[in-house]
Amino acid sequence: MSSNKKYWKSVEELENGSIVEALRNNEFVEAIPTDEFLGSKEAMSSSTSRRDFLKYVGFSTAAATLAACEGPVNKSIPYVLQPEQIIPGVADYYATSVFDGFDFANLLVKTREGRPIKIDNNTISGAKFTANARIHASILSLYDNMRLKEPKIGGKDSTWSAVDSKIKSSIVDAKAKGGQVVLLTNTLASPSTEKLIGQFIASNPNAKHIVYDAVSSSEALDAFETVYGERALVDYDFSKASLIVSVGADFLGDWQGGGYDSGYTQGRVPKNGKMSRHFQLEANMTLSGAAADKRLPMSTANQKQALVHIYNIVTGSAVAVSLEEKFKSEVTKAAQQLKSAGSKGVLVSGIQDKNAQLLVLAINQVLASEAFSTTGTRQIRKGSNEKVAQLVKDMKAGSVHTLIMSGVNPVYTLADSASFAEGLKKVTTSVSLTLKEDETALLSTIAAPVPHYLEAWGDLSLTKGTYSLTQPTIRPLFDTKQFQDVLMSLNGMSGTYYDYIKANSSSIVSGATWNKILHDGVFVGAAQSVSGGSADFSAAASALAKSKAVAGFELVLYTKTGMGDGQQANNPWLQEFPDPITRVSWDNYVTVSNADAKALTMSNEIVANGGLNGSYATITTVDGVKLENVPVIVQPGQAVGTIGLALGYGRKAALKEEMQVGINAYSIYKDFNDVQSVTLEKASGDHEFACVQGQKTLMGRGDIIKETTLEIFNTKDAKVWNEVPMVSLNHEEVEATTVDLWTSFDRSVGHHFNLSIDLNACTGCGACVIACHAENNVPVVGKSEIRRSRDMHWLRIDRYYSSESTFEGDNERKESISGLSSSLSTFNEMEKAGDNPQVSFQPVMCQHCNHAPCETVCPVAATSHSRQGQNHMAYNRCVGTRYCANNCPYKVRRFNWFLYNKNSEFDYHMNDDLGRMVLNPDVNVRSRGVMEKCSMCIQMTQATILNAKREGREVVDGEFQTACSNACSNGAMAFGDVNDKESQITKLAEDERMYHLLEHVGTKPNVIYHVKVRNT
Amino acid sequence: MKKVGNHNSNSRKLFLSLALMLTFSLTSFAQDATPAAATEAPVAAQGGDPVKGKELFNSNCAACHKLDAKSTGPALRGIAQKHDMAWIYKWVHNSADLIKSGDAAAVKVFEENNKVPMTAFPALSEGDIDSIIAYTSEVKAEAPAPVPGTAVAGSSDQGGISNSVILGALALVMAMLVVMLFLVNNVLRKVAKANGIEVASKTPTTPIWKAFAKNQFLVLVTSIFLLLASAYFVYGFLMQVGVDQNYEPIQPIHYSHKIHAGDNEINCKYCHSAARVSKNAGIPSLNVCMNCHKNIAEVAESTATPEYSKAFYDEQIQKLYTAVGWDKSTQSYTGKSQPVKWVRIHNLPDFVYFNHSQHVTVAGIECQTCHGPVETYEIQKQFAPLTMGWCINCHRKTDVKMEGNEYYTKIHEELSKKYGVDKLTAAQMGGLECGKCHY
Repeated sequence: MSSNKKYWKSVEELENGSIVEALRNNEFVEAIPTDEFLGSKEAMSSSTSRRDFLKYVGFSTAAATLAACEGPVNKSIPYVLQPEQIIPGVADYYATSVFDGFDFANLLVKTREGRPIKIDNNTISGAKFTANARIHASILSLYDNMRLKEPKIGGKDSTWSAVDSKIKSSIVDAKAKGGQVVLLTNTLASPSTEKLIGQFIASNPNAKHIVYDAVSSSEALDAFETVYGERALVDYDFSKASLIVSVGADFLGDWQGGGYDSGYTQGRVPKNGKMSRHFQLEANMTLSGAAADKRLPMSTANQKQALVHIYNIVTGSAVAVSLEEKFKSEVTKAAQQLKSAGSKGVLVSGIQDKNAQLLVLAINQVLASEAFSTTGTRQIRKGSNEKVAQLVKDMKAGSVHTLIMSGVNPVYTLADSASFAEGLKKVTTSVSLTLKEDETALLSTIAAPVPHYLEAWGDLSLTKGTYSLTQPTIRPLFDTKQFQDVLMSLNGMSGTYYDYIKANSSSIVSGATWNKILHDGVFVGAAQSVSGGSADFSAAASALAKSKAVAGFELVLYTKTGMGDGQQANNPWLQEFPDPITRVSWDNYVTVSNADAKALTMSNEIVANGGLNGSYATITTVDGVKLENVPVIVQPGQAVGTIGLALGYGRKAALKEEMQVGINAYSIYKDFNDVQSVTLEKASGDHEFACVQGQKTLMGRGDIIKETTLEIFNTKDAKVWNEVPMVSLNHEEVEATTVDLWTSFDRSVGHHFNLSIDLNACTGCGACVIACHAENNVPVVGKSEIRRSRDMHWLRIDRYYSSESTFEGDNERKESISGLSSSLSTFNEMEKAGDNPQVSFQPVMCQHCNHAPCETVCPVAATSHSRQGQNHMAYNRCVGTRYCANNCPYKVRRFNWFLYNKNSEFDYHMNDDLGRMVLNPDVNVRSRGVMEKCSMCIQMTQATILNAKREGREVVDGEFQTACSNACSNGAMAFGDVNDKESQITKLAEDERMYHLLEHVGTKPNVIYHVKVRNT
Repeated sequence: MKKVGNHNSNSRKLFLSLALMLTFSLTSFAQDATPAAATEAPVAAQGGDPVKGKELFNSNCAACHKLDAKSTGPALRGIAQKHDMAWIYKWVHNSADLIKSGDAAAVKVFEENNKVPMTAFPALSEGDIDSIIAYTSEVKAEAPAPVPGTAVAGSSDQGGISNSVILGALALVMAMLVVMLFLVNNVLRKVAKANGIEVASKTPTTPIWKAFAKNQFLVLVTSIFLLLASAYFVYGFLMQVGVDQNYEPIQPIHYSHKIHAGDNEINCKYCHSAARVSKNAGIPSLNVCMNCHKNIAEVAESTATPEYSKAFYDEQIQKLYTAVGWDKSTQSYTGKSQPVKWVRIHNLPDFVYFNHSQHVTVAGIECQTCHGPVETYEIQKQFAPLTMGWCINCHRKTDVKMEGNEYYTKIHEELSKKYGVDKLTAAQMGGLECGKCHY
């Protein structure tokens, strides 16, 4: 019968039933680690069953849903006694000035409800120095939660009275024991503070004051002191120069304090067919090099020879030089032009060599350069390298009893920080007056918190003969006391520092009241000149000519536009700010020339996820100091045989973990010399950069950045150098600007805003980028998100290199392509930047197209157009399809991939209550899943309109501003109403140089650009 | 029939007259109360006229003096018993001289009152001062005991016969009509019976609900209707989520807009001054309250309502004093203050930008347009729904106020020509563009 039949599946089953039987009963061959899987005994014995769990989940979901129906109860707490000048909802502005030992500016601080939220430039006459990117960002450093909040003695929380008495008794003790009392400060440039220090030294003869600049300009100071008998720097006026020769001076960057860009750009916009000409001889690619008409990449050793060569030609001397032959003709050309320019020429140099700096003075004297003036010298660098070196020796010898430090962080910024730290141990009492518990404060006996400059009083004499005031714009947030108040208590003086400045100011300023200076923020006194002016220049020249090139690689240390000397390393805006040249954020790196990278098999490449990777390198100095795992960026334009590395990174103390990035280059900043002899080796591994721009070159796409030369600009018709793209209409070639797919909306009534960007005046300084951040509550997303191309910058400054030596060369090469194989190979080559390329910057924000491609694809009409020319974005309507971003030809729309505020995954300023105080209350903070973009600062234009309405008048030209146009001190950005026919913007919009980005697309943008003209 | 009808009309008349009688009798009683109390006070001596004295007191003295409580200066009731008239004349005419002269009493008064010098009144004649003293010498009137029903009478007085009385009367009429019908029916049946007419009895038919259930078409239509109706209500419910119209939270201090803006007619912008220049209307800081409340430490008797007694209101003023740190007895600030945590009523979402000054100063819109009859609110509430539709409706309807505003002159001329209208609405000016409010 069938039921007796036995079926078997395999031979094994038939023959040996037991294994098969065992396998059949055991579903899994190996024992399942259930014990491990189910965890501890506690968990197993839980009384909560699966059903209970589901009940809880269900209940809590229901409860949460119900709770969501109820609106939150908001409290509104008015003042008890409202200060007269504060009206909630109305901004107040205070004029103030800043000098933190590195950066300086005359500012206007916007406050709302008593808290500063934005930094603007003080535009009153006499306020000369405008804010750079770091100063714009310094408002966020005020609200830094990592600041030192109360005094600490020996690492334990303490009080100011304890600190004061401890310092006092220590000074008494020092006097008794005969030990030194040393005040180690940054350059102060403050007349009242210097007076207080003078009084302190007078009452304590064993005390001395040492000025220490983290990034030194000591050689230039020494040279100036030798010639003119005063320790100061020349305040060049580049607007008066028609020929500028810079030998290794990045004067558009931080050279001798920086702040020269607004003067420089005045001469860079062609007026009446004329503009200045700029030669740049440099090793690293800098902002100045990018702006130059002719750039010669050369090592510092060659620069020294070139400087002597120029000296020879200008002064008619004949010092023997050994300039390399390949540079000779160009340098000679520059020198001859400089000589013929005469008083309209100027030469500057960043070579850290006293002899070189003496030659600079000699050359400018011979030229009688108008840009070079010894009146109103800069007081912003005073540091002496020798004295600091002596101090370290004294400390190690144990002869320093009490060390009071203010505004300095030598344990981080000194090359030989180990010696300093060792010396610090031998100092009986060391006091660090500091904003943060930094490297030095951690090793000091007393760490005493000082207020941020926005919470403090102060006076400054940035240049000789001017007087600026610093005033608080908010009450001190923490238990802080400023250095000057500490000094006053040490001097046994009563009253506050405020009273002291006020009393002191009357002797400095004449003919102005205290209230007037406080209101203006700045007072310009009589010009003060220095006497003297001679030294043995020819000896200096021959000494310089004898200097030898370093062995191995020449490492040139520099400061980055974003980070400067590293004081604000915990500022997320600055960390995320992409370097204008390399476009890399959140890092420092060694820049290596193309040729050297090839020789050392170092490379950069874009990997599959779109991020930039780079090799690692090891840098070893001649003293054997090693920097390991330094990421490499192959930098077009880097002089062969030189490498560059930025200072200010690699900090650890008092920094959030995300900000602890980069390599500390100060450790090889030996003898304060920015040129070091090093060896460079490739190390294993790849570094992941957060770079916001993968492509390097313009690929001959001359319609993105239009460039021409002054000669063509002056002699040819605008159609030649500002070609309007042609399109085919009815089989005829017509200008793209005349063709329209849509009927145009009438914008002739009311306001119609245009933003103008002059590529000639843009130096790429990035002040606008940070100002935009502050004004528009732009979130910080962090390194890994930036690497994923999820940066949120509303305004970016694109940087393009040429592949040939000029952009024109690129255009020609592209035109000469014929055939497929030629185009493939040529385009491939054109992707690579040249060895000494031309560089152009182009700020790009939402172009506010009149025919906006984003608007037509939005399924929910979240983005729409206004009569005023602004493209609106209604965040609350956006559902996040991102169609608009995909359809935007300019790629300026930014998507909130995550919730960037109150989210611990993005632990930047928007994640703590203190950091959120910087938010602009007039601008919405966007949420996750929402598209955002530049609004053309509609909150500012609307406020201007409302002011005019309230006052019953028309809007005056110049009143309309955006955050970026306000921040731009170079005149590159201008904003206004083109329906106002008399306005500056109308003239700019009708200028021959005007063009639109990607004109052939027919978007009719409201942002206009001006053709870049180079005076080659 | 006739009889029944008559009965009805009689009872109605009766009821109405009763109601009216009650109303007027109570009103007259209430009116009597105050003068009766006032006449009780005896006229003071010195030959001054207390009525004239009251006028003078209110115009000259009341800023710093109260009758029964210390203010900036001391309480003045019975002051004539403390000082002789000659001294008072001197003091009033020039107190500073008197203090300088070293008069012991004068120095004492000066020091007791925080050394605040009193304004000299050389213009007041001795007769005037006599009148003032006569007024201050009046015996304090006893507070009239609150008469129950007074307020009811008062309120019904304002609106004539109250709605409930009318409704009650109408209900009574209806009930009587029903009774009448029933009686008429009975009478007719009786008449029919008497006349021998047979009243046809009803034949049982299908119950209406069964008929309805059988008619499938009707069921279908009804269910569609019901579905649509419920969808309508669900939609209505969902649309009001997050709309807090009539939100009326309990505030830490019971602040009555009715008393301030209604009874005392204080301009809204006196306290909410920021509305003129700022995006926020601003909750007044406590120092603004103290501009008046330094002198107003208690409410008048007549301010009290049956719902809120005088004691209740006085307690609220005391809360203000505690918050601002004002010591009533010494008339000085203690320096200990604690800000008041008001509950915010109008909560616009973050993504909306609204500016008060645009609407108040530029457009000249009355506060009441959006905030309702605030002057009648005992407790402040949200009047408007504050939805976008509500904003947009108003922008569509409201003309731009451009008279006398040079900003609008050119724009208005060009735009009105373009749209072919005399007056432009806010919408035509661009008030419907998304970015005008959302950024």
